[in-house]
Amino acid sequence: MTAWLLRRLAASVAIVFAVLTLTFVLIHLAPGTPFLPSTDDRSVGPEIIARLRRQYGLDRPLPVQYLKYIGSVAHGEFGESFSQHRPVAQALADAVPNTVLLGIAALVIEFTLGIALGAYQAARARRRVDAALSHLTLFFYSVPTFWLGLALLLVFGQWLRWLPVGGVSDPIVHDTLPWAGRVFDTLRHLVLPACTLGLVGAAGTARYQRAAMLEVIHQDYIRTARAKGLSERRVLLRHALRNAVLPVITLLGLSLPFLLTGAVLVETVFSWPGMGKLAADAIFSRDYPVVTAAAILAAAMVALSSVVADLLTALADPRVRLGDGDAA
Amino acid sequence: MTQPGGTAPLLAVRDLKTYFVTGRGGGTARAVDGVSFELYPGETLGIVGESGCGKTVTSLSILRLIPEPPGHIRPGSYIEFDGRNLLTLAPRDLRAIRGNRIAMVFQEPMTSLNPVFTVGDQIAEAAVVHQGLSRGAARARAIDMLRLVGIPDPETRVDDYPHQLSGGMRQRVVIAMALVCRPQILIADEPTTALDVTIQAQILELLERLQAELGMAVMLITHDLGVVAGTADRVVVMYAGQVVETASTAELFAGPRHPYTEGLLASIPRLDRPADRLTSIPGNVPAATHWPAGCRFHPRCPHAWDKCRREEPPLLDAGTPGHTARCWLVVEPQRRRPAP
Repeated sequence: MTAWLLRRLAASVAIVFAVLTLTFVLIHLAPGTPFLPSTDDRSVGPEIIARLRRQYGLDRPLPVQYLKYIGSVAHGEFGESFSQHRPVAQALADAVPNTVLLGIAALVIEFTLGIALGAYQAARARRRVDAALSHLTLFFYSVPTFWLGLALLLVFGQWLRWLPVGGVSDPIVHDTLPWAGRVFDTLRHLVLPACTLGLVGAAGTARYQRAAMLEVIHQDYIRTARAKGLSERRVLLRHALRNAVLPVITLLGLSLPFLLTGAVLVETVFSWPGMGKLAADAIFSRDYPVVTAAAILAAAMVALSSVVADLLTALADPRVRLGDGDAA
Repeated sequence: MTQPGGTAPLLAVRDLKTYFVTGRGGGTARAVDGVSFELYPGETLGIVGESGCGKTVTSLSILRLIPEPPGHIRPGSYIEFDGRNLLTLAPRDLRAIRGNRIAMVFQEPMTSLNPVFTVGDQIAEAAVVHQGLSRGAARARAIDMLRLVGIPDPETRVDDYPHQLSGGMRQRVVIAMALVCRPQILIADEPTTALDVTIQAQILELLERLQAELGMAVMLITHDLGVVAGTADRVVVMYAGQVVETASTAELFAGPRHPYTEGLLASIPRLDRPADRLTSIPGNVPAATHWPAGCRFHPRCPHAWDKCRREEPPLLDAGTPGHTARCWLVVEPQRRRPAP
């Protein structure tokens, strides 16, 4: 188990390193540079741009820049953001908590709602409720997240005016509120983006869960459970669901990286200052240090999530043993 | 009908009809089509037939474990247990009987155990549900049951998961699970089919020992007359969804009255007679959607004449008490053709 964990972590470091290298090369080879004279401001002459490039070391050959960058990352130093004029670490430290908050809320909605809905549908399979819910989940699964976000904004933010339309907190009153008020204010801002992400995810999970549950319901051990005289409730919730969530745990592992990498579209729609928005803005402004740091973080999250998913699977399924057989 | 010892039957199945609606115009499969028999206290009743004859569907119908849809038990069917009709019982009352007073052992010990729970949990579960056992008592009971079915080192085995046990051990666990509430009736559906021959003998021995110790009635469903010969008191032979012959085991083996039973007996390989090839009944069991008219066995029967093709024989008294056969030869023995 410990050996397995060490092996997996070593593999994760290798993956992160590979992603770092690829991102570094790609972003530097991409057309465009961080320091372009803006169209409305002609006063920035070519000599200033040349000085800036020298200052950030962009005039050196790419391999040299790469080695320098590796060296600083190894020391936990991610450089300075070109566009925000502050350390990358600071920019990340501002964005990550927002993304984690949104990510956790969305994941909770996705999996509690998705699993409950899928299990309920399977129990009522091929009846009218099941068919209606299937159409509903297909709809939510098919709509683009940004469209759903805009629709929710329009209904709850604009027409009904129940919920704020963007940001993580009220910019004016938030800091004046007592702590409970601040929590409530943040929750109000969280509802729409979390529901947008969560509902789309829940629709997918529900369809997955329904299929898994229907497969399990026809297994012999379900008949055994009924033959024991258990109530239908106990048969479904204890014997069937416990087996049917096993494949969904794998799905959870695939969704976990969003916790830190953020959802670009939803964060943009709701002006949610998270990782997704940070990375997207950095790419457009060729903010090399921020892009690379975001990619490193994302790669680390994906690698770590797959380890966590495997640990969860082993925890839930006694047949899975973490050992020599299932490396990487 | 006569019965051993003149006692009342524990379970009486009367005119059981279980049909399945097959997909898209395939029609209705009459898997069990008017089956009647009794089970007496303490006896072992063998139910024998080829695959597709309806023996498993019969056993599942008793506890209403037929998946509905596509299956359904026809109105007019009647299964009496303890003075009540199991087929019309409220779900709640039925659950109080399932696993408590009538228990089942299934064919596949691997797939009939839930992979994510320990064997101890699964064995004790019925007792927890029916008798309200506490956690500690449930564990102690599970250990007792493991000991009863002859699993060594039950104190550690109780925490094992099914995949950690061998096939024979798993079937012992399945039996322990069925017997945990000391049922009056154990229905065992092909309990040894999935096991190695040596293990088969052990499991049959175990069932026999437990039956003697616990005094329950056993319904043993099998395609293997050899299994029946060693364990059953009486035998019900099924063919094409019907009972075709019933008799005490000794009588059935000594003087079968239905050509299908004769065929089954002839197809048991014998060590004491040299044979170049194994004997078999020609043809297959017909499809349950289209049973043959007249006697359902006539297309495969070496003795069939035109009456067999036209008229379906009822279960006829075959001489000795308790011996019946669904064959016109019982009343017209002169029609029997000599063996080639």
